[in-house]
Amino acid sequence: MTHDEIYAKVKVVLVDALGVDDEEITPGAVIRDDLGAESIDFLDIMFRLEKAFGIKIPKGELMPENVANDPNYVENGVVKPAGIAMLKEKMPHSNFTEFEKDPKVESMSKLFTVEAIVKYVEGKLK
Amino acid sequence: MRWIWIDKFIEFTPRTSAVTLKNCSLAEEHLHDLYPDFPIVPHSLIVEGMAQTAGILVGEARQFKEKVILAKIGKAVFHRLVRPGDTILFKATVDQLNEQGASISGRVELLDDKAHAAGMGLVAEIELMFSHIDQNISGIKFPEHNFVFTEQFTDLLANYRLSAPVTL
Repeated sequence: MTHDEIYAKVKVVLVDALGVDDEEITPGAVIRDDLGAESIDFLDIMFRLEKAFGIKIPKGELMPENVANDPNYVENGVVKPAGIAMLKEKMPHSNFTEFEKDPKVESMSKLFTVEAIVKYVEGKLK
Repeated sequence: MRWIWIDKFIEFTPRTSAVTLKNCSLAEEHLHDLYPDFPIVPHSLIVEGMAQTAGILVGEARQFKEKVILAKIGKAVFHRLVRPGDTILFKATVDQLNEQGASISGRVELLDDKAHAAGMGLVAEIELMFSHIDQNISGIKFPEHNFVFTEQFTDLLANYRLSAPVTL
């Protein structure tokens, strides 16, 4: 499956899961901030991705869990270097360029974009 | 008293599907509330019946140890009204089930061969998503005791099991 074909299917998944308009979905759109996803929507997105692509998404693989509450990775609302290293390892599909300039916990959601999902699925299908 | 909206289970296949039955009676007060001169079963209660059927199906998959919460109504399309005297079936099928929750496809149908023969038997198509809330991705903590599947619920389920023609 090509990148464009995966993108088209991911788009359908997000429209169905989040009730957003087709035009709102762009590669750089942030799932939480731009598309309005709430925490429960992430489980819905995972289920729909599994169904659409016939893949299994283990817990914490698409997006690491409980990072914000882990003192090994976060201090005073800022993700520590060890946290960034862990995120990079677990989220190779995300772009960290902007996040690393100001790695606040509240900015972590910006790592989870439409393009990150597409790249994740691409990796799973290889 | 726990509020329960299904009368009995008529099919139950663990981790796969369940069918429940509900008799809708004019004696039920809420049928009069929406349109006083035209009693119908409110759509919200049709969704509730599906949620109860599917919620028990999802709960049983982990022996009622998880706190199963209705997290999202993905779809609820209604095709006809349900009137007093109608018997409806809630047919729930597990689409996906994992440690974090489950997604369910449901159909609500009239128990009425004539209606089905006339192509009027389908009441609603409903898709639901359930969360095992202790496994939530935000790491939010909830009370330890299972406030979903309580002792009261277990007693009720025991009654269902006694009267059900299926293993539940």
